[in-house]
Amino acid sequence: MVVLRTGPVTVGGVALENHLILAAGVLGTTGASLSRMLVRGAGGVVTKSIGPQPKDGHAGPCVVLLDNGILNAMGLPNPSRDFADELIPLGQKPVIVSIFGGNPGEFAEVAGWFVGKAAGFELNLSCPHAEGYGAAIGVDPTLVEACTRAVSALGMPTWVKLTPNVTDITAIGKAAERGGATAIVAINTIKAMRISTGLRRPVLGNRYGGLSGDAIFPVSVRCVYELYEACTIPIIGCGGISTADRVIEMMMAGARAVEIGSAVQRDIGIFETLKNDLYAKKGVAPEEIVGCAHG
Amino acid sequence: MGDQLPAQVSITEIKNETPSVKTFLFDREFSFEPGQFVMVWVPGVDEVPMALSSANGITVQKVGDATGALFNCLTGASLGIRGPFGNGFTRGEKMLAIAGGVGAAPLLPLARSDCVMTMLLGARTEKELLFVDQLDESTDVLIATDDGTLGQHGFVTDLLNDISLATYDRIAVCGPEPMMWAVFAKIEGQGFASRTEFSLHRYMKCGVGVCGSCCIDPDGLRVCRDGPVFSGDLLKKSEFGHYLRDASGRKKNI
Repeated sequence: MVVLRTGPVTVGGVALENHLILAAGVLGTTGASLSRMLVRGAGGVVTKSIGPQPKDGHAGPCVVLLDNGILNAMGLPNPSRDFADELIPLGQKPVIVSIFGGNPGEFAEVAGWFVGKAAGFELNLSCPHAEGYGAAIGVDPTLVEACTRAVSALGMPTWVKLTPNVTDITAIGKAAERGGATAIVAINTIKAMRISTGLRRPVLGNRYGGLSGDAIFPVSVRCVYELYEACTIPIIGCGGISTADRVIEMMMAGARAVEIGSAVQRDIGIFETLKNDLYAKKGVAPEEIVGCAHG
Repeated sequence: MGDQLPAQVSITEIKNETPSVKTFLFDREFSFEPGQFVMVWVPGVDEVPMALSSANGITVQKVGDATGALFNCLTGASLGIRGPFGNGFTRGEKMLAIAGGVGAAPLLPLARSDCVMTMLLGARTEKELLFVDQLDESTDVLIATDDGTLGQHGFVTDLLNDISLATYDRIAVCGPEPMMWAVFAKIEGQGFASRTEFSLHRYMKCGVGVCGSCCIDPDGLRVCRDGPVFSGDLLKKSEFGHYLRDASGRKKNI
């Protein structure tokens, strides 16, 4: 297996401890749980998505574990502005605040609360199951560009997380790039549903949800590959990464770093495990393999 | 593991335990450890965590939308069950169990497994004492009621004055958090926190350790996965007894 040389990692304007980042929505509600993941080997952490008003989220069930993935519809629960207090103990750590809003003004308002209090932003333009937010905006290149510009104008590193639930993801990636994004994160969950045959209704309280985990890895690799051809800003791969070899595969598709979420459910120590497998003194330089599957 | 969709169960029996607590029995048994919980889906309403009070039953106090809807269910109604999840109480050979109100629910199966020497049972008033007869069959029960209608007049913590903690190798506690906090303070004062376990209740969404809604400060431990049962040692300098987070993640004082 290909392994990587250790060394400093900076992606999309954010200095990271390694290439492995905790994805948004996973153990990201409290400063203490984010800190726990950093202590246990994450190179950076993305918070739960924070919005303009506190939200309780959807009625349950919100999560169902599948054989090779996780189906969820949380409904963007978040404490809104109060979240700034959670970040205080994290100090200068590589913490990226995930943000959502219903329009460019709301994105800028929420981002404004965290300027100087985090290492950067990740715009959630991709949640597939929250009405008026996330993918409702993320499928429209004009809105994506406007929301990205509203946040990037604040001068902080601005990552944009894309939905795969579009015909052409490169059109959305290019819109983020035009709006001043410093990196693209691909992908968020794939819109999905399961039905309880015993109860004769969809298992999620919200009916529709998003699929993550191992099952979606081929889709995320394809999206990163397409984006690498179309965009020049760095890409962060996300979706179904659970082994060091999948990190390498994602980098070969064009990713400079990766985000890991669902794999944490099986193993809270996944970052330590991946780090041990991924890095060695005599490994290759990351720039040797990023995008090497192209051409 | 296969797909872990909620298991459909039918309610076979509903028992009125106290004026505010009912037991719902299912047509299906789950293999579990006392202290583990299940996510109970009331279709069309919500899904909430509930301790198992037996292999095929939950014992519930009406507190919100989902439990309110559950109280309106009749025999034959269908529910969805995910789990059992979380850890259980560490068993000892000579255990002390301490329950307040509906907190007796996860402690009943522990008592029935013949490892509890003494049970301290507290409630607001005699009618709200849960499982008195069932517990009596398995262990010595000492009772306290806030209004003095049965047993000692006062709190369950007052009963601790009458027993020697050194007699017991493990102590299991479940009840409202102010009650558990009072028990913790007393037990910690006598140096027995490390052999005592508390079953915590926090707002939960996923139940499987991934969403983070139930994480407690300062170590970010997940109540649904690392708990819900925690050693007193782990809780010493934690949010336990002080505050919790609501569904949105905002802090609320206890």
